[in-house]
Amino acid sequence: MATQHSRSAARIMMAPAVVLLLGWMLVPLTMTLYFSFKKYLPLRGGDLGWTGFDNYVRFVTSSAFWPSVITTLVIVGGVLVITVILGILLAILLNQPMWGQGIVRILVISPFFVMPTVSALVWKNMFMDPVNGLFAHLWKFFGATPVEWLSDVSMGSIVMIVSWQWLPFATLILLTAIQSLDREQLEAAEMDGAPPLKRFAFITVPHLSRAVTIVILIQTIFLLAIFAEIFVTTGGAFGTRTLTYLIYQRVLESQNVGLGSAGGVYAIILANIIALFLMRIVGKNLDA
Amino acid sequence: MARAITTQRKIINTTAAWTIGLLIFFPILWTILTSFKTEAQAISDPPVFLAFDWTLENYGVVLERSNYGRFLWNSIIIAGGSTILGILIAVPAAWSMAFVPSKRTKDILLWMLSTKMLPAVGVLYPIYLLFIKLGILDTRTGLVIVIMLMNLPIIVWMLYTYFKEIPGEILEAARMDGATLKEEVLHILTPMAIPGIASTLLLNFILAWNEAFWTLNLTAAKAAPLTAFIASYSSPEGLFYAKLSAASTMAIAPILVLGWFSQKQLVSGLTFGAVK
Repeated sequence: MATQHSRSAARIMMAPAVVLLLGWMLVPLTMTLYFSFKKYLPLRGGDLGWTGFDNYVRFVTSSAFWPSVITTLVIVGGVLVITVILGILLAILLNQPMWGQGIVRILVISPFFVMPTVSALVWKNMFMDPVNGLFAHLWKFFGATPVEWLSDVSMGSIVMIVSWQWLPFATLILLTAIQSLDREQLEAAEMDGAPPLKRFAFITVPHLSRAVTIVILIQTIFLLAIFAEIFVTTGGAFGTRTLTYLIYQRVLESQNVGLGSAGGVYAIILANIIALFLMRIVGKNLDA
Repeated sequence: MARAITTQRKIINTTAAWTIGLLIFFPILWTILTSFKTEAQAISDPPVFLAFDWTLENYGVVLERSNYGRFLWNSIIIAGGSTILGILIAVPAAWSMAFVPSKRTKDILLWMLSTKMLPAVGVLYPIYLLFIKLGILDTRTGLVIVIMLMNLPIIVWMLYTYFKEIPGEILEAARMDGATLKEEVLHILTPMAIPGIASTLLLNFILAWNEAFWTLNLTAAKAAPLTAFIASYSSPEGLFYAKLSAASTMAIAPILVLGWFSQKQLVSGLTFGAVK
């Protein structure tokens, strides 16, 4: 149907977006690669010449590297598991008949609007502070010793804060998917004597798989990049230093751009491995 | 009997849903309440919920301490500017992908989305240098550009899924009836595309408003938006919960209210058109 003419018009219409994104990807990437092979210390002499793969070796052999990769994966994985499971349960609940559904939905969606710096500060001070935080009051009320959340349970605390921010997103997408679930199919299964758990496992879950894929894809993109939540709460201490944060420290705190850039290349490789894996699933799901 | 069971179930559902909803909302509610307390009441044990002396003092202190108006204005310009610019660039691209698809359309879309996976921190220093060279470090222009580029893949993706829903037959029918290209675009396509564009606009405005990596690292005194305004409260001096709460409320209130009012469009935007 499309003529030669409309095809070339289409190419012209796409050009600005494609060219801009290509530039956005290639220019900084090239510069990062360039710096990664240099000894480059802006505050201590600047460009000190080429060093080959020194930075790459140093970054990977530093004792902070593997823990930071693991921290990254644990945070992303932990938040995904929590938000998907709670999201499904919450979506099912919100889909039931009730009074004030609209208001409940507004309450549930609200954390999504809170900027990460605010939510991190509020959780850190007003809830998790071991002296004046609300949790500390609650623990004392029950006669327990208040927990030092951000130092003793640092990873759990960060996963919890981030999950709170992303649960609304997961819930809403899953709710939209559940609402399109064929009621008649469920009722037919019920009449045939399928117990609730079986109906859930064989009808609801398969129906949700596409929505879950989208939740995982979009959340992973954003979770790999979380920064403010760690910047504000622990500053990377107590085992919460993600790969992102480690690079940030190398570049900005120790002002070692060469080393940080090598770290950046590793981060890009890690992101690409995850992206490749996700794109394959999503690409498949998009055809359906 | 059956009716009684439904009513009973409805009561249980309502109770459960409201309890969980309020629990999820509680941190925000608590922040808003605390912003009206005195510093002493803000940390009192046992905590006071509503029975305290409501005061606006904290808001006064925050307004005095930092130029809230400027941070707010920067947030509006950066979020608004990057979103509008992004839409202007994305509409033609999404349009041609939806209406003149080729074999490579899907690959281009996935490639675009994959650029979002590039870790920002990996390219922070190069961008920082470029900004200095171009003289746009700590300017709103610089942030508008970076945040627009960051969100562009999502904007294209969302618009594409919306445009794909517009049936091509309608255009053909209009053409048969002798509609000119201008009429076609103005009277048929635009009205059908507007809801999708509005949802995209809203969601990306919120994403841009809350973006906290580039805004924290590429701004200082001049162009800093609300994310930086609130980060300045991260190192406490003395009692500060009530002031922190007031500042937090001021940072999130505009977007919270916008989000509540546009909830419907937003939900359809949030699903990226991929879930129906």
